[in-house]
Amino acid sequence: MTSRLRRSFETTCAAVPRGLALGRLVGVGWRTHLKHESQSGFVLLVAAGLPPLYATIAFYMLESGKQSGSLLYGAIGAGFMGVWTATLFGSGAAIQVQRWQGVLELHVAAPAPFFVPLLALTLATATTGLYSLAATLGWSWALFGVSLSIQHPGLFVLAVPVAVLSLGALGLVLSSSFVLWRNANAFTNMLEYPVWLVTGMLVPVALLPSWVENLSWVLAPTWGVRAIRAAALGGDSLRPIGMCVLLMLVYAAVGTLLLWNFERLARKRATLSLA
Amino acid sequence: MKTLRLLLVSGVLSYRALFNWIHPTYYVPAMLGGPIFQILFFAYLGRFSRLDDDAFFVFGNAIQIVAVAGIFGMVMGVAGERWAGTLSPLLASPANRAVLFFGRSLPFLVNGLFVSVCGFAAGWLLLDFRLEASALAPLALVVLVTAASCTAFGLAVGSVGLWGREVFVLANLVYTGMLVVCGVNFPVGRLPAAAQLVGRVLPVTHGIRSGRALGAGASVGDVLPDIAREAAVGLAYAVVALALFRFFERDARRRGTLERI
Repeated sequence: MTSRLRRSFETTCAAVPRGLALGRLVGVGWRTHLKHESQSGFVLLVAAGLPPLYATIAFYMLESGKQSGSLLYGAIGAGFMGVWTATLFGSGAAIQVQRWQGVLELHVAAPAPFFVPLLALTLATATTGLYSLAATLGWSWALFGVSLSIQHPGLFVLAVPVAVLSLGALGLVLSSSFVLWRNANAFTNMLEYPVWLVTGMLVPVALLPSWVENLSWVLAPTWGVRAIRAAALGGDSLRPIGMCVLLMLVYAAVGTLLLWNFERLARKRATLSLA
Repeated sequence: MKTLRLLLVSGVLSYRALFNWIHPTYYVPAMLGGPIFQILFFAYLGRFSRLDDDAFFVFGNAIQIVAVAGIFGMVMGVAGERWAGTLSPLLASPANRAVLFFGRSLPFLVNGLFVSVCGFAAGWLLLDFRLEASALAPLALVVLVTAASCTAFGLAVGSVGLWGREVFVLANLVYTGMLVVCGVNFPVGRLPAAAQLVGRVLPVTHGIRSGRALGAGASVGDVLPDIAREAAVGLAYAVVALALFRFFERDARRRGTLERI
């Protein structure tokens, strides 16, 4: 009994530094990729240039129409649309880009599990979406006089990173499934609008056909934008934050399984470095 | 005859070689899926905002999506020469530049027309949008002129790719900017005067206005001035595109940057 306890204690002690090392790897990878992404004109345009334009369209449509409501509602939605776009374009092509850069084999051969550096990359692409949120809120305040008074600042500060992390985990699923599909690049172009639509970024899900609501539940952007909106405009943001955390764990598990399958197939067919 | 051959053959060959989305597995999601979802997104946003009926958004977006082929296609078709490493041999050839590059725009004009037709069909199938049979032919003319105008504009944007590397950034910015200033999803009268002016000199604006008028029962005669304005905008961009080609070609030769990727 004593020896079993000792072995268990030793295993736990050995796991703690490994867990810390992997956590550090995610942190360093995230910072490196974030710096790298922030140098790209395309990433900056997608993250910070286009969402304010979509916010402008939303404002004029909401103002020209008969819909009453807060313009902050539209600003948060348009800003979060940019977070999704950054995740979609950044994470969707993550493995393919690693192939082109010639670092995919090094990542797979490294002692750390492959999902760790990839998670760092997808988290970094989702984080660039924060530029979008900041740019859109700033644009809305400066040009349209949108009041940026946040009802629950504490929950807002919690909701934003949780929403971004959940999209980063969704990015892991995208990157690990898109890699097996050669035309994923074209597919990412198609997925931008439908996810904006079904996750209620600007259009309430209740306006859409009922089956869309079930689909929206399994998509983290639905809960991410709800959490941020509820924190900013008032309402229950803890439940959507909880859903973001739950979906993040599910995505991490699914992404890891898909990556394991990709790695197995790539090793078996010797296609790891095929760009 | 030789000029016609250069116009058509080089256009088709360039389209097949440089248009990355030509295969159906790319074409359907990128050229049809994305634009159709754009129509649905704005139609539902229109329902939420209670700005106007579905037809307003179908006309606006189904005509504006000619820019997918006109701008992104032309950027691939023209700026793609640099990425493919064929720009230097192309510019070293004695072929007439105008014929060469206008030949490249023809497949994208047809493409734009097709994408727009699919957009209208999707609006008819999925949204509350109906069109009188008598309006079909004039609307086809409007879409054709708008697609030509947009392709000429895409030629000008694509020519920037002969000079700079981040041309897709410009293309995305221009495409999304058109959604703001061209009256695609809300009346341009609400915009500041400067933005309205930009909208008037961009393709699509006059085409969309003609399309909506035809949908409301106007005759071809009523919309002819707008169609003429759309054509004039396209013609102006064709001239600008040629001038840009000549300028960028000279500049790239002077700086030795033709093969820079």
